[in-house]
Amino acid sequence: MLVLTPVEADALQLSLRVAFWSVAGSLPLAVLVALVLARADFPGKSLLDAAVHLPLVLPPVVIGYFLLLLLGRHGPLGAMLENVFGIVVAFRWTGAAIAAAIMGFPLMVRAIRLSLEGIDQGLEAAAGTLGAGRGWVFLTVTLPLAVPGIITGVLLSFARSLGEFGATITFVSNIPGETQTLPLAIYSFTQVPGGDAQALRLSIISVLLAIAALAVSEIMTRRAHRRVKGHDIKH
Amino acid sequence: MTLSIDIERRLGNFHLCAKFDSAAGVTALFGRSGSGKSTLVNVIAGLLRPDRGRVEINGEPLFDSERGVDIPTSKRRIGYVFQEGRLFPHLTVRQNLAYGRFFTSARERYVGLDQVIELLGLEHLLERRPAALSGGEKQRVAIGRALLASPRVLLMDEPLASLDIHRKGEILQYIESLHSEVKIPIVYVSHAIEEVVRLAETMVLLSDGKVLASGKLEEIMSRLDLRPMVGRYEAGAVIDTRVTAYDERYELTTLSFNGGELSVANLDALVGERVRVRIRARDVALALHPPAGVSMLNVLRGRLIEISREEGPVADVRVQVGDACLVARLTRRSIHQLGLEVGQEVYALIKAIALDRHSFGFA
Repeated sequence: MLVLTPVEADALQLSLRVAFWSVAGSLPLAVLVALVLARADFPGKSLLDAAVHLPLVLPPVVIGYFLLLLLGRHGPLGAMLENVFGIVVAFRWTGAAIAAAIMGFPLMVRAIRLSLEGIDQGLEAAAGTLGAGRGWVFLTVTLPLAVPGIITGVLLSFARSLGEFGATITFVSNIPGETQTLPLAIYSFTQVPGGDAQALRLSIISVLLAIAALAVSEIMTRRAHRRVKGHDIKH
Repeated sequence: MTLSIDIERRLGNFHLCAKFDSAAGVTALFGRSGSGKSTLVNVIAGLLRPDRGRVEINGEPLFDSERGVDIPTSKRRIGYVFQEGRLFPHLTVRQNLAYGRFFTSARERYVGLDQVIELLGLEHLLERRPAALSGGEKQRVAIGRALLASPRVLLMDEPLASLDIHRKGEILQYIESLHSEVKIPIVYVSHAIEEVVRLAETMVLLSDGKVLASGKLEEIMSRLDLRPMVGRYEAGAVIDTRVTAYDERYELTTLSFNGGELSVANLDALVGERVRVRIRARDVALALHPPAGVSMLNVLRGRLIEISREEGPVADVRVQVGDACLVARLTRRSIHQLGLEVGQEVYALIKAIALDRHSFGFA
């Protein structure tokens, strides 16, 4: 009971790998977009804001289908990637990571943006008077103070990646060992007669994973909060 | 050090138009809230861009709209102590102090970490975070942090505004020692006249975004036309003196200046020290002859040089005593009864007790 079957181990390991790379890959871009949305003022800003939020309101299947059109081997971007860099993402786990990153992106940007908007810009001005140029101000003041928001964003996006289903199955299909993440594996087991017990075991694994992620994030948030504010979170 | 400013900046209905020069020492930007003091220091620091004009330090332009010069804040080497301290909450006191030092080349540094820690009494705070500091401690760390970036000028924007009266006195002492030990030129923004008198040598009087007057503190404080700006209750003249004697029996200190001597109580100063005394107009009485049989210890002979003309029951009278000027606030009835006229010889009477610790500044 306690030992994972090879299929389960594959699905779990794949899910973690997809979630990790989707978060790691999208984090720098999310910080940049959040910074632009929180600080910059330019025509078309609301358009960018809407575009960032699109994955939140569109059916995931639609996102997956667009990805397939764009990044599939015959899609404009997909063909270019294959011809120039020899990279194929369609029907690969990397494609699953891209799908998960896009679905989690609005959640990550929102959390980081909120945290950036809460930063007292007077502190950045103070850093400037002490001789720090813009890059240094960002690295030594803005970014550290945004850490609580970044942690929240990472957790939300990570959880979203673990649960990603619609965009993934549409874009990279359901290939065991390559693109079959936990939710896809659960779905597969529910489609075959006698697969209920397997589906339940995988569901329990999903629940445990979610609880673990929550616990880690809670500990990190508390620690970051103490660092940034100098005192514990007050409830 | 000379700071030379001639700028204009429009902000909605508010129009700041300021021109003044300040030399070494402490220059006070004094005015009511909303007079443009903070806008002006933000322009000097490069945090606000003026619409037009010029900001120069030692002849080197920091901003010049005609020549297209606008040095970024981080390259200006101008220290800034903000009203709210603005310490970095995610760094310890030690890291806060070291922050500006990191960006200053060794060649440009003129104060050491240990020196600043000792000067401001920060030893026991170093490992704490700003959230665990009191208001006064925060301001001391903020001053130290600004100082350690070895700035060419230190701007202080109402650094005492958020502190209670005891902390105010404490920080004022630190600022005085800064001025005497590190010899850094300071631009001090305040709307509290007693802080200005205690610290400043040069005073720039701002009102509604305009410079009403700028120059030596003593001169500006004794000008009758500027008196409404300073506030009726607080208005008065400032005299530069030196401690010449201390009477242990009565615990009185004698202060001398070229117009005479003043006896004061409650002054903690050594013989030889320079002390600036602010004498409020409401604490000065005038007599036509040297008075006999009065309790007032301080009687100064002088010449009446100006009587303010105004409506209402009171008027201000300016009396030249040596090189200094005193201002006396009298009822118009007294002026009439004594027959006071410009050019007349008069005796100014000041109670020793009227000069309290808020009246003294150390130069």
